[in-house]
Amino acid sequence: MILVFIEHKNCVLNKTSLEAITAAQAIGADLGLKTSAVIACDKDCALAQEIAGYDLEKVIIAKNDKLGTYTPDGYADAWEQVIKAENPQYVVMSHTYQVRDFAPKVAARFGREVVGDCIRYRAEGGGLVLTRRIFLGKLDADFTVSGDSPYFITFQSGAFRGENAAKGSAPVETMDVTVGELRMTPEEPFQEAKASVDLTKSEIIVAVGRGIKAQENLAIAQQLADALGADLAASRPICDNEWLPIDRQIGSSGQTVAPKVYIALGISGAIQHIVGMKNSGSIVAINKDAEAPIFDIADYGIVGDLFEAVPVMIEEIHKAKA
Amino acid sequence: MKIIVLMKQVANKDAVLRIAPDEKWINQADVAMQTNESDGYALEEALRLKEAKGEGEVIVCSLGPQTAKAVIKDALARGADRAIHVVVEDSITLSPYQIAKAIADAVRDENADLIFTGLQSDDASFGQTGVILAELLGIPHGTIVIEVDRESLGESLRIKRELESGWYQWFTYRLPALFSIQSGISQIRYASLKGIMAAKKKEIRDVAASVEPFAPGQTIQKVYLPLKTKQTQILGNGDAKAGAVELVEKLRSEVRVL
Ligand SMILES: Cc1cc2nc3c(=O)[nH]c(=O)nc-3n(C[C@H](O)[C@H](O)[C@H](O)COP(=O)(O)OP(=O)(O)OC[C@H]3O[C@@H](n4cnc5c(N)ncnc54)[C@H](O)[C@@H]3O)c2cc1C
Ligand SMILES: Nc1ncnc2c1ncn2[C@@H]1O[C@H](COP(=O)(O)O)[C@@H](O)[C@H]1O
Repeated sequence: MILVFIEHKNCVLNKTSLEAITAAQAIGADLGLKTSAVIACDKDCALAQEIAGYDLEKVIIAKNDKLGTYTPDGYADAWEQVIKAENPQYVVMSHTYQVRDFAPKVAARFGREVVGDCIRYRAEGGGLVLTRRIFLGKLDADFTVSGDSPYFITFQSGAFRGENAAKGSAPVETMDVTVGELRMTPEEPFQEAKASVDLTKSEIIVAVGRGIKAQENLAIAQQLADALGADLAASRPICDNEWLPIDRQIGSSGQTVAPKVYIALGISGAIQHIVGMKNSGSIVAINKDAEAPIFDIADYGIVGDLFEAVPVMIEEIHKAKA
Repeated sequence: MKIIVLMKQVANKDAVLRIAPDEKWINQADVAMQTNESDGYALEEALRLKEAKGEGEVIVCSLGPQTAKAVIKDALARGADRAIHVVVEDSITLSPYQIAKAIADAVRDENADLIFTGLQSDDASFGQTGVILAELLGIPHGTIVIEVDRESLGESLRIKRELESGWYQWFTYRLPALFSIQSGISQIRYASLKGIMAAKKKEIRDVAASVEPFAPGQTIQKVYLPLKTKQTQILGNGDAKAGAVELVEKLRSEVRVL
């Protein structure tokens, strides 16, 4: 069987878990395995009925008072027991920050590891060939697993579509699990500062990455943005350097945007950036490295120096508008 | 107080990568190597914590071929006190459990108070070596740490973790513990000339890896260039200025934003 992890906060679903259900159902269909979902919670989780509306063997609530707030120790203990009881061949999860935090710990308890952040799979010879991105997205690699099951697999956000998860009706089962001492004490999650710019409403975004080289060079990106009536955004290193405030950051730890046009200047296209902008209408990439992963998702690309291209663009835009 | 920092040698970020003839990795001999980016931040946090405490020892540990000595020497020049090199010539074929197991065996007797790792390696990007190591050593872990509350250091340590979409959370961990450190959270110091001289006298202990008899849990079958998901119109044919002219024309006629 396959176990799929359902992530939630206070019984509110993290939607990427639906992608994990889709993935698990697809693998199950290919390998002839049934899928059950697992929710860790401190009560008879309100989310269980919603998940029971999918085509699953059953929904298991792993229940313990200590599972109200996420901790790696608590989740690892819960999962260890569920796996021992259910004996799955595969454990499928979405590659969220929470999953990155506890899944390898669970796997290690079984002498296993995670095949992590996969972008696709294919069934071959009764097993799976899993594709992961390596070298910061510059290359793909096909992996096979070996050794005894369970095999732990996580899929990148967006690798499967949550709305494709097959509906059905599954029974809900509660499994009381024991959780040992928690060696970490969590405080309340918080947001640093309320975003003062809402880039989700922007029609056009000019985003700068490390290719801009120096803070003073932001001026030409700003001029391009002004010429286009666009908002300025950035990749993470630019915000880490405090060249732009954090609310301009696009990506998994920043904002998710989908403007009509997204112009990426000197951005390599790491997955954590791409998840924040890949649904843009048209994507333009200017990068001097022809192999930069940003070109994989770009509609228009210029392979070359942004410091040559941008001034000409500004000039041409002014001409076009005149 | 003893802090171990895990540091891996990886291909330079900007290197042009060529796939090896057996299609199982890149031609690593071709490319310039460097310290994995987030591992540099892990070292910086360790050094700052030691400085704040006013005492302690920072030990770097790297698993890899002899060439990984470059990473170790650089870390010693930046201020680490000594190093453990788990020597494996063909380390690129190892899976994260094997790496973690070999490192666990090499560092267990150090009984460190803290272990810092990078968030993920920029080549294999398993994103889990540290977490597995913590489990093998029987200590708690926290990942994607973006701030260490140095004032809080005692029997426990308070750290800030990054969650998705601009959310954060503080946790207090009982020590010993292992943390994976996010890139970009501080200004990394450079090695001074004095540091480079001092490093020459620092201990680097080579240990043999205990990777057998563990089979890898995952193995690369084939490495290839990513399949394109979109048809990209490349403009200007390598001439950035010509490309810019064409692009503005496209923005006007096809995308219709001008
Ligand atoms: C848990 C986690 C969360 C993360 N969250 C985010 C996030 O929310 N947002 C985010 O952006 N990143 C995030 N990252 C970081 C991400 O992995 C990348 O490191 C980051 O996006 C890289 O930024 P970059 O493309 O600007 O820099 P680089 O990867 O260094 O790329 C710079 C690019 O500029 C090009 N270039 C250089 N000079 C020129 C020139 N003169 N003209 C044209 N091109 C040039 C280079 O060819 C290169 O492709 C996260 C990482 C992790 C692990
Ligand atoms: N061969 C290695 N030697 C030393 N540290 C390593 C090695 N492999 C991984 N690490 C550490 O574990 C972190 C995560 O690596 P990975 O699990 O490969 O993404 C890295 O940032 C390093 O700190």
